[in-house]
Amino acid sequence: MGKTLFDKVWDAHVVSEIEGGPSILYIDRHLVHEVTSPQAFAGLEARGIEVFRPERTVATPDHNVPTINQHLPIKDLLSKTQVETLARNTEKHGIRHFGLNHPYQGVVHVVGPELGLTLPGMTIVCGDSHTATHGAFGSVAFGIGTSEVEMVLASQCILQPKPKRMKINIDGKLGKGVTAKDIILYIISKISASGGTGYFIEYTGSAIRSLSMEGRMTICNMSIEMGARGGLIAPDEVTFEYVKGREFAPKGNDWDKLMDFWKTLHTDSNASFDWELNYNAGDIEPMITYGTNPGMGLGITESIPTLDSVEPSTKATFEKALNYMGFEEGSPMIGKKVDYVFVGSCTNGRIEDLRAFANFVKGRKKADNIVAWIVPGSKQVEKQAVEEGLDKILNEAGFELRQPGCSACLAMNDDKIPEGNYSVATSNRNFEGRQGPGARTLLASPLTAAAAAITGKITDPRTFL
Amino acid sequence: MPNKKFETLRSTCVPLPVENVDTDQIIPARFLKATTKEGFGDNLFRDWRYDKQNQPIGAFVLNNPTYKGEILVAGKNFGSGSSREHAAWAIVGYGFKVVVSSFFADIFKNNALNNGLLPVQVSAGFLEKIFAAVKNNANTQLEVNLLDQKITLLATGESESFEINSYKKTCLLNGYDDIDYLLSNREKIEAYEASRKFAL
Ligand code: SF4
Repeated sequence: MGKTLFDKVWDAHVVSEIEGGPSILYIDRHLVHEVTSPQAFAGLEARGIEVFRPERTVATPDHNVPTINQHLPIKDLLSKTQVETLARNTEKHGIRHFGLNHPYQGVVHVVGPELGLTLPGMTIVCGDSHTATHGAFGSVAFGIGTSEVEMVLASQCILQPKPKRMKINIDGKLGKGVTAKDIILYIISKISASGGTGYFIEYTGSAIRSLSMEGRMTICNMSIEMGARGGLIAPDEVTFEYVKGREFAPKGNDWDKLMDFWKTLHTDSNASFDWELNYNAGDIEPMITYGTNPGMGLGITESIPTLDSVEPSTKATFEKALNYMGFEEGSPMIGKKVDYVFVGSCTNGRIEDLRAFANFVKGRKKADNIVAWIVPGSKQVEKQAVEEGLDKILNEAGFELRQPGCSACLAMNDDKIPEGNYSVATSNRNFEGRQGPGARTLLASPLTAAAAAITGKITDPRTFL
Repeated sequence: MPNKKFETLRSTCVPLPVENVDTDQIIPARFLKATTKEGFGDNLFRDWRYDKQNQPIGAFVLNNPTYKGEILVAGKNFGSGSSREHAAWAIVGYGFKVVVSSFFADIFKNNALNNGLLPVQVSAGFLEKIFAAVKNNANTQLEVNLLDQKITLLATGESESFEINSYKKTCLLNGYDDIDYLLSNREKIEAYEASRKFAL
């Protein structure tokens, strides 16, 4: 019996198995940020132990950081304390740290890949559910809690039961104006926000293969939004081309040796999955969400379902969501008013996303009723955007490029959408209050965000292309 | 640090018949700025519990003195979304020892177990029965027996068994902690490191 890609990577990292319990799984790369780590470091200190393999851990502050005037001290004292605590803890334990003014700082899931810290075949964890992003390189990457962060610091391992395997295949050609973000929102709308629980997903098919690494990261990033432990994509030439030459990527002889290994990282033809789904890329249109979980999404030309048409067991949830969003059942999405546009996050805050947004707004003007926050995913992304002149294009159209961080994705810093306002966001969660207390979030691609930013309302981006 | 041992629990419960309760609701992001594990219970379900003037919202169940107890009973897909362990700390900090639902998100389940909070997954039918019984009589008691992996609605004697992997069960029953276990395996881990053909 053949093995799936997931099995190959997972099995190669099992140190030992516990009878009737989880496996001890070795972790190659541990990413750390300021919010989910202080209690873990405190735990180590309470036990009087050192970090076991500090060279395998990399840290950067992202959740709390301001996205303007980063050179000034952080105003929010609690945020400042967390950011400083990370600097202190990493220094004390000899962990590489890209602090607030370091040229490599950024959202941890943007930083790992762009520096070559994320490699095919690795196990990667972080105290953050969107660690799934790194699966785009053919690694087994997933989010963990703070107790588990402490475990990895203490032993470079965690205890994990092996998830089930699922394959999602998307064949065919994407239509004009349809992006990786639309593929993943489409899948989640089909299987719901909990449909993937207990599974690790492999994404396959010609539509996936045709995506850039940025697009593949967008897909894997949102695996968690259907409840899955993570998602991954087999590495290919696109992957190797992306990784090669990056700062921390292996070089020379090491690279050649690893290439031999990486070429084995694919699902064998006789391997089997616990669950397989097939979709056709041609069926997907630009997507947008209307409710308060990422599974409540639809094609942009569609209308919100009517109460009668939803399953009886989800009626209460559906009504609660529409009530929060201030939407009528059965009403069309197109034309709804928008107040804010947020472009950024570990889902869509990479250079390709900024390019797509900038190209769209080029020669056009921001609508007067829109406040837009364009937030690069990292210092490197910001630098490249400036080098490519994207900041100028944005300025001419009435937008400005901010500084990197998680920003309005979770609104832990000052970037909060005011209560009751509608925000078209390229991030990954539309939960109640996610972008600030009372904020109403509609998830979409950078193109759909750009169309809203120009017209001031929900607009099908294809009408401009 | 080691957790308290989990013994059989008998308690009234707090019903929250809402599906997809995500960790952003359990503890909103703006309360994640602490560097210790204490005090999160005060902000459990903050935006459902208090209005903008910080006044308790009477309609929310935690503000309703009719319902109390150490067991939280919630709708399907509890704990989805962010991996923040602060959600488990908030629930434990508030005083709950068990959460009952017909479905839990993966990361939440791990986080709960790592903090001595027992997630009990029951069938959709049994969950409905609990909600109905509590609605009928707020003094309805549940018994959660970890050793036998059984949850019982004491009023009617109806019960259901629940799953938990045997390693985690042993940990909870004895108050063991995963980190102690991993530390005791350091030699094995070093041997694994030495044996790898492709070290990434
Ligand atoms: S950008 Fe959003 S989803 Fe990504 S790590 Fe930051 S807060 Fe989490």
